[in-house]
This record gives sequence, C-alpha cells and structure tokens, in this order.
Amino acid sequence: MNIFVHEFKMIFRSVIIWSLSIGLAIFFFLSIYPSIGADVDLINEMMQSFPEEFLIAFGMADMDWSSILGFYGFVFAFIQICLAIQASNYGFSLVSVEERDLTADFLLAKPVSRLKIMSNKLFAAVTGLTITNAVVWISSFVFLRVFSDGVPYETKPLLLLMLSNGVLQLLFFSVGMAISLLMKRVRSVTPLSMGLAFGLYLLNAFGGMIGEDTLEILSPYNHFEPNFILKHAAYDLPVAWISVAAIVIAIAGSYVLYARRNIRSAV
Amino acid sequence: MSIIEATHLTKYYGKSRGIVDVSFNVEEGEIFGFIGPNGAGKSTTIRLFCSLIYPTGGQAKIFGKDAIKHGPEIRQHIGYLPSEVFYYDRMKVIDLLKYSASFYEKDCTQRLHDLAEIMELELNRRIDDLSYGNKKKVGIVQGLLHQPKVLFLDEPTSGLDPLMQKEFYNLIREENQRGATIFLSSHILSVVQRMCSRVAIIREGSIVDLQDVQTLQRENYKKIRIVAEKIEEKDFDLPGVSNLVKENSILSFFYRGDINQVTAVIGKQNVSDLTIEEPTLEEIFMHYYE
Repeated sequence: MNIFVHEFKMIFRSVIIWSLSIGLAIFFFLSIYPSIGADVDLINEMMQSFPEEFLIAFGMADMDWSSILGFYGFVFAFIQICLAIQASNYGFSLVSVEERDLTADFLLAKPVSRLKIMSNKLFAAVTGLTITNAVVWISSFVFLRVFSDGVPYETKPLLLLMLSNGVLQLLFFSVGMAISLLMKRVRSVTPLSMGLAFGLYLLNAFGGMIGEDTLEILSPYNHFEPNFILKHAAYDLPVAWISVAAIVIAIAGSYVLYARRNIRSAV
Repeated sequence: MSIIEATHLTKYYGKSRGIVDVSFNVEEGEIFGFIGPNGAGKSTTIRLFCSLIYPTGGQAKIFGKDAIKHGPEIRQHIGYLPSEVFYYDRMKVIDLLKYSASFYEKDCTQRLHDLAEIMELELNRRIDDLSYGNKKKVGIVQGLLHQPKVLFLDEPTSGLDPLMQKEFYNLIREENQRGATIFLSSHILSVVQRMCSRVAIIREGSIVDLQDVQTLQRENYKKIRIVAEKIEEKDFDLPGVSNLVKENSILSFFYRGDINQVTAVIGKQNVSDLTIEEPTLEEIFMHYYE
C-alpha cells in the first residue's frame, strides 16, 4: 500500500494536467460543431473534392456530418491519440524512471518482492489512467448534450466508444511497459511514447490509404475506430480481440522480465 | 554460524566480467572489510547480496538463506548504503525517510530522529536542494533506521567531511557492538585497517587474499631498508623478495618468508644502517596490484 501511495503521488500532477487538457480539447472540438452542423451540405461538398485515399487516411470517409455523434467520431480519433500518448508515457516510465534516476537501488533493497513492487506501480498508473478516462466520459456526455442543441442522438454507440477507452489506454500502457523492460536502458521517455502513439496511428492511416488490411490490423486505432463503433453501434470483432490479447501478453511478459531484471548501478 | 556466505559467486554482465568464483564467509558480529580498486567487483558483490542483480553462477546466502529466494524476508534485516546515493528529487528528506521506514515491521520513528540528529541532517529540505554530502547522510539514516542485523556499506564515507566520517564510524561501531554484522567495502585502507577484523582483497573480479587484518600486517611482509656500501641488488635475489629498489647505497624491498634467510644475506654486508618494519596495509595492498 505504501508503494501504491508513493507511486500515485509521483504521477498525480501529470494525471491532473492530462485530464484537464483532454477535457478542454473535447470542449473545443465540440464547441465548433454548431457552426459546422449549420452548413452540412457545404462541408460534404468540400469533402468530395478531396481524394478518396486522403479521406480514408484521416478517418473522414463515409462520415455523417449531419449528426453531432458523426462529427464526434471524427474528432475523437485525436482524443484517442492523446490517451495513447499519456498511457505510453506511464508505461515506458513505470519501471525505467527508477533506473534512470538510480532510485531503484533504494526501492529494491527494501523488504518487498519485485512482484509486489510491480503490482503496486501498475495499479497506481492504472488508477491515474482511470481518472483521465473518467474525465473523458464526463466531458463527452456533458459537452455533447450542451452542443447538440437539443437534437437527440443515440446513447448506446457513445457508451461503446467510451468503454473502448480503457482498453486502448491499457494497450498502450502495457506495450510501453513491456518495451521498456526489453530495453537495457531508457534514456528519455517522451520520444518513445510519441513514437509508439503516432507510429501506430500512421500505420492505421497508411494501411487504410493503400488498402492493406494487415497493416491496419496491427494498429490498435483500427481495433477501436470511433467511426466504426458509432456507425454500427458495435465493436469491430474479432480484430478488437487482438488488442485484448496484446494487453494480456504484454502484462504477463512484463512481470517475467521485471522479476529477472538486473538493476544497473550508478558507476 | 556464518551470517553472510558467498559460494563460487559469479556474475557476468553479458560478456563483461563482474566477479568470478568469489567465496567467503562472514561470521556473526564481525566487521568484514572488502578492499579493491574501482571496477574490481566490490559493488557487484554487494548488489548480488541485495538481489539487485542476479548471479550468473554460485550462490549468495544471508542468515543461511538464499538471497534471491528469500529476498524480501532477508531484506527486512538488511541495511544497504550504496556508494552513489540517489533519491526521489521532489521529496522532502523527512518524507523519504518515512517512506523508507514504512517498509519495515518495526516502528523506526524514534531511531530515525536520533540518527538525523547525530548526522546533523535537516529533515525539511527537499532532496534536490541537498549537497552530495547531505544526500549521503540521508543514505546513512535510511540504511540504519530499522536497526538491521546486517549492514552492507559500499564506499560509505565518500563525500562526507572528516568530522562526519568520524561520527559515522562511531555509529557503525555502536551498531556492531549492538550485534550487527558489517560488510564494509572501501578502497581507503586506513579505514579498513582501523575498523575491520578480517579483510578480503579483490582484484579484477576475484579474491586474491582473505586474512585477518593483523596477520596481513604482521606475519607476512616485512619492509626492509638497508644502508651499506657496495651493496648489490643481485645479492638479494631470493624467493620472497619484491619491490627491490636501490638508490645509491640504500637498498629497500619487501620480504615475505623465513626471516633467517634474509638476515643471513644481510650479515654478509657491511651494514651502516638497517630498519625492518611492518608495512602499512597500503603498501601491502599496492603489492597485490602490481
């Protein structure tokens, strides 16, 4: 419990900053809808002038701009990227930060098992991610209601989309953690988490553009594509299971790697 | 019963050597010195005992239990002071020490404050505002606050001023008198000479000698200096002679072996002055590293 509290305190400020920023982003995205919704025909016309591949790459093909939910499906891809960066940040730094700052010597010489250290760190990070997720839920429901201007929209697809957040976060978190444990030393976390979050996004965009399904399947953004979920009110099964399987493998692998890890010394 | 046991302990980092086939025992209540230059494997050995790293071969045991398998249980009674200390920069000293204390079963609050007072540590400062010496003091307090049965000290006084070093060694002696077994690694020989009962000398990952500090000093080596006219280096080409240096009519060397053999040779010289003395540990030590 003491480790959990300590670890949570260490990321608390970051959790607050991420949560507020993402909440604000949702507010801004949705606040432009009333002006777009008024000119749906114009927008559709403009969209048709773009090449098809371009639209697919940016997830704008077969979008329904006439409902606020259709619009949200488009902008939510950016929220997913933010969630992915935050989650990868926590994943990459979970264990590596102690080794980089050489505080691992302090913690690991205490009378606790590595299993316990890992679990406490993991739950602290997941708690942080859950707080951000809760903020995404609340801002989505509140701001959609505010900016829909009383035009009704379906709740089920939105619920499904929100439920996918946690899986997406866990995926980037656990994959980041596993990669960091495969590395001998993580010097800087940000380039890695940016690389993972944007790299997989580009993989999805590129795969869609050239019509290569195997590339898309590798990308978690494809497993939980907001447009798909909102349009079909269902998950894209079975590809969504790939994410779940990857989470299980990455977490199990991380425990094994951490239990065997040699901690570098300062000199 | 041996409190600390290393049996054929070996550690490779990939292909590079850490330590090779290191074996020794430390008895209860002993202050055991571990001496060697930087990179000889002192820290590697200590880190194996704290299970920060895992051995490539052999076994490290504390209280007769495997240091890896029973790690958490053993570490309840171990204090570790690393050579370089690093703590969570954003924390206050008192919060770090309380965090440290929270891992142990016993209540360490009183001891924590006592130690901080002895080491003149300011508890309300942030870790990243501390000088290196002050960080080291934090390290000392967190390593001792749970009154461990075994203390691993890795170059403990680097960065401390002489006055604090004295306080520190007094503290260590008190801990020892209380019954704590102490494993002290250092490259400062005078310290080991003063503190330890036995000493292991490690060089390039292997133990080259393990002896009583007194034996090491007294029984083995003599430092001999002869002033004599027409003295020849070749006269002293005996087994056991080393570091032979001739300067004008002064000849000096170390000798290990039967003292009669060397006095017989000296007797043939026209000696005007002769000194035979105990070498300092420093000199013995240099001898191992030629």
